[in-house]
Amino acid sequence: MDGPHHETGTGDRARESARPTGPGPGASGGGGALGTLPDACRSTTTLRVNGVSHTLTVDNRRVLLDLLREDLDLVGAKKGCDHGQCGACTVLLDGRRVNSCLLPAVALDGCEVTTVEGLPALAPPEDREDGENGGDPLHPLQRAFLERDAFQCGYCTPGQLCSAVGAIAEAVAGHPSHVTDPAAPSGEPVPLTREEIRERLSGNLCRCAAYPHIVEAVEDVLP
Amino acid sequence: MDSVAAQTPAGSPAVGAPAERREGREKVTGRARYAAEHPLPGRAYGWPVAASVARGRVRSLDTSGALEQPGVLTVLTPADAPRPAEPDDPTLRVLQDDRVPHHGWFVALVVGESLEAARAGAAAVRVEYAAEEHDVLLTADHPAAYTPERANGGNAGRRLRGDPEAAFAAAATRVDVSYRVPPLHNHPMEPHTSTAHWDGDRLRVYASTQGATTVRATLAALFELPEERITVTAEHVGGGFGSKGTPRPDVVLATMATLRTGRPVTVAIPRRMLPAATGHRAPTLHRLRLGSGPDGRLAGLLHEVTTYTSRVKEFTEQAAVPARVMYAVPHSLTEHRVVPLDVPTPSWMRAPGEAPGMYALESAMDELATALNRDPVELRIANEPDAEPDSGKPFSSRHLVECLREGARRFGWSARDPRPGTRREGALLIGTGVAAATYPVLVAPSAASAEALPDGTFVVRINATDIGTGARTILAQVAADALGVPLERVRSEVGSTDLPPAPLAGGSSGSSSWGWAVHQACAELAARLAEHSGRVPEGGLRTLADTKGTADAESPYARHAFGAHFAEVAVDTATGETRVRRLLGVFAAGRILNARTARSQLVGGMTMGLGMALTEGSTTDPVFGDFAESDLAAYHVPSHADVPDVEAHWLDEEDPHTNPMGSKGIGEIGIVGSAAAVGNAVHHATGVRFRELPLTPDRVLTGLRAARR
Repeated sequence: MDGPHHETGTGDRARESARPTGPGPGASGGGGALGTLPDACRSTTTLRVNGVSHTLTVDNRRVLLDLLREDLDLVGAKKGCDHGQCGACTVLLDGRRVNSCLLPAVALDGCEVTTVEGLPALAPPEDREDGENGGDPLHPLQRAFLERDAFQCGYCTPGQLCSAVGAIAEAVAGHPSHVTDPAAPSGEPVPLTREEIRERLSGNLCRCAAYPHIVEAVEDVLP
Repeated sequence: MDSVAAQTPAGSPAVGAPAERREGREKVTGRARYAAEHPLPGRAYGWPVAASVARGRVRSLDTSGALEQPGVLTVLTPADAPRPAEPDDPTLRVLQDDRVPHHGWFVALVVGESLEAARAGAAAVRVEYAAEEHDVLLTADHPAAYTPERANGGNAGRRLRGDPEAAFAAAATRVDVSYRVPPLHNHPMEPHTSTAHWDGDRLRVYASTQGATTVRATLAALFELPEERITVTAEHVGGGFGSKGTPRPDVVLATMATLRTGRPVTVAIPRRMLPAATGHRAPTLHRLRLGSGPDGRLAGLLHEVTTYTSRVKEFTEQAAVPARVMYAVPHSLTEHRVVPLDVPTPSWMRAPGEAPGMYALESAMDELATALNRDPVELRIANEPDAEPDSGKPFSSRHLVECLREGARRFGWSARDPRPGTRREGALLIGTGVAAATYPVLVAPSAASAEALPDGTFVVRINATDIGTGARTILAQVAADALGVPLERVRSEVGSTDLPPAPLAGGSSGSSSWGWAVHQACAELAARLAEHSGRVPEGGLRTLADTKGTADAESPYARHAFGAHFAEVAVDTATGETRVRRLLGVFAAGRILNARTARSQLVGGMTMGLGMALTEGSTTDPVFGDFAESDLAAYHVPSHADVPDVEAHWLDEEDPHTNPMGSKGIGEIGIVGSAAAVGNAVHHATGVRFRELPLTPDRVLTGLRAARR
C-alpha cells in the first residue's frame, strides 16, 4: 500500500477528472480538510473508476463511498447506513460487489471500480440502450428496472443494480449461495431461480419494498 | 404545433394508465440527486453529538479536543448555538439549553471541513452529565397514564356509545385479550438530511422531507426570515414513511451551522441516531373485548390502548380509532391512554393508529371467529355496518365485503380447512389467515398552477413531494385528462417552495390534495383556452388554483378506503421460524391513478406489514433508556429473501364524494391489517395464539413448547 510519504501532488489526470470541492489547494481529495491534515494521515491512491484513472490524495480515513461521492461527484452510490448493513453503497470492485462504505480508499490502490454510472459500459453494445436526446445510455438491467417499476424512492436502486449485476456474474462463475442445492456440480453456472435471486440480493435493503419487481427485472436480463 | 384542442378527449384517459415514472431514468442511472448530493464550494459537514444519559442536564461540555482535530471548524453547543425563535414543535428546539429529555437528544453539533473531521470531532467532544432518575418502561397500569383530549390526527381520545361493559358482560361469546406492539422504526433508506447555504441573502436548503412548504414556514419562523427569502428543495427524497412528514432537527442544525460558519453545511443524521432523533412508532398495549351473540354479530366492543409519549411533547398513537369505523356494534368504547416517559419522542409512522390498531382488532376478530367456530371472512361480513358506527355518517363508498370475497376467490380460501395445527410438511406447519384493512381519506387544501405554452405543451407546477410515490407522474396524468390532451404533452414540476404551495406527502393525502388543485387549475385553463378558440397566445396562458375552502370543506360522508389481506405461512416447529409464503391484498381505494406505481406502493405497504409481523421490533433498554435495536443490523426490515410472493389487487371503485378524481389514497392502507393476517395464519398453522409482535423464532418456539406441555 502507498505509505504516508508517497508523493502527495495530484497528477494531471486527477486535475482533469476531479471536481473542485473546496477553497484549499489540492482540492482533488479529502475535501478542504487536507490542508490541515498531517502528512501521516493522508495517502495518495490511484483508482480506475468507470474506466477513468484518478490519482487522489485522500484522508486515510476516507472510505471508497465518500471518495466516490465527495471527491468524484459520483453520487449514484448511496449512503444509507455507513456501516455495511443496507447495501445502498454497493459498487463493483474488480468486478465483484462490495459495500463501498466499509473499504478505506487508500487500501484500494490500483483497483477498478464500477458504479451505477458506469454500468451501461459493462453491457455489450448491442444490449445497451442509447440515450435518447443526449440522455444517458442504459444497461439492460436499468431498462428492466424501469419497465418493472423496480423502485420507488430510488435511494437503494443504484446499489440494487450493481448488486444484481455482480450476483449474475457470481452465479455464472459457479458461486453457490445459501439456497443452492448442495448436490449441484461444483464450478458449474448456478441457474438463477427466483429463490436464488432473492437470496443473493438480500444484502440490499429496500424500505419501499420493491423486492418482487426487482426480482422480475433481474429475471428479464438473465443470460 | 401551436394550438391544442383543449376540450377534445385524447383517446384513452391518462388517469389510471400504468405510465412510467417520469424521474425513473434519473433514478436508475444515479443522476437523481438527494439532499446531501449538491456539491457546493466550501461545503462543510455537521455531525451531531447525542446525549448518553436518559434524563438529566449537561453539566459540562468540553469542545477543546474536538477543535484540535484537523479540519474541525466549530462546535455548536447549548451554550453558544444561535438562538432561533421558539418553534411550534419542541423537538426542533435543539441546542437551546442544557436539559436532556431523553437518551439520544442532541447536545452538540460538530462542523468539519470533511465528514471524517466532523465525525472525529464529535467523538472527541467530552460531555459530563448530571444524570437524573429516569422512567422509560411502558406498562398498562402505569400510574401516570391519562386519557388525552385528542389523540394524533385530531381524533378524540375517548369515545363511548351505549353501555359496552354491560353488553360485553351479557354477550354469549366473549373474547377478552391483550396484544403488544413494540416500538417500530421508519428507517427510510435515505437518512434525514439537509444541506443549507446562503445564496446572497437567500437561504437555500436541500431537504429530505415529505413536505417542503412546512420546512420553509418553519425556517422562516425560527430564523425570522421572510418566506420569500427561503427556497427549500426536495426534488428526490429517499423515503420517509411518516418520519419526514414535518421538519426534523437536521434542517434546524444545518441552518444554524451555515449561519455560524458562512459555509454550505450538510447534516445527515447517522443511521443509529435516527430512531431517537427523528421519531418512531410508539409501542401500544391493547386490551380488546369483543362480545357477540351466537350469530356472530357484535354486541359490545371495547378497545383500550395504552401508549407512551416523551417529556418533550404529547403524541398519542391513535390506535383505537379504526374500531370506530370497522364493524356494526351498538355498544362501544374506544379509548387511548398515554404515559409521558423519558423516552425519545414518538411520531408518525406509516398508518399511525391504523397499523397497530388494526393488528389488534383484526387479531381479536380472528379469535372471536375461532371461539364461534365461524369462518373469519364470513364473521366480518356478518358485522358489516350500514353507516359509520361512531359518527352515524353514511360511507361515501365502502366495499369491504367485495374485497373480502374477491380476495378469498383469488387466494383459494374456500378450500381452507379451518382446524388449526393440522397441515404438516415435515417440520413445517402451514396455515392461512385473513384480516381487513381501513384507512381514512384525508385531504388538505393546495395551490397549483397550469400553463399552456405556444408549442402546444403544458406545464403544471406545484410544491408536491415525490417520496417514491410517483407524484410527478400522477399529477401529469391528472392534468392531461383535465386538459383533454395526451400525457406526453404535459410536464409537471414538483419539489420546490418556488412552486405554488402544497401540503405534505403524508396521511395518504398527497394525490388527493395535489391532484384536486392540479385538476382545478387545468379545468380553468381548458376553459380559458376554449375562449381563445384553442389557440395559445404568445407568452402562454396561465391559471392558478387554490382549493382552500373546497378541499377542506366538511363532508357529510364518512370517507375511508378498505381492503382485505390474505396470508399463507409456514412455521418451522424445530427452529420457530415463520416464513410468509404468499400475501394477497385486495383494496377498494377509489380510483387508482396509476396502475403501475399504485401496485408498487400497495405491495410496499403490505411488505412493511410483513416486517411488523415477523421481524421488526425495537426494545427500550431500561438502563440506558434508548432503543436496543437502532440500526439496520439490529432492527430487521424485511429483505429480499423474506418477501416471496406479494400480490396487490384492487376493485374498480367509483366514489363521487372524495375529490374530482374519485381517488382515496393508497400510501398506507397496504400496511394496515397485513400483520394481523400473518399472525392469524400463524395461529391457523400452529394452533397457538401469539399476542406480541414480532413473531420472532424465540417467541414462536417458546409458545410452541408451552403448548406442547
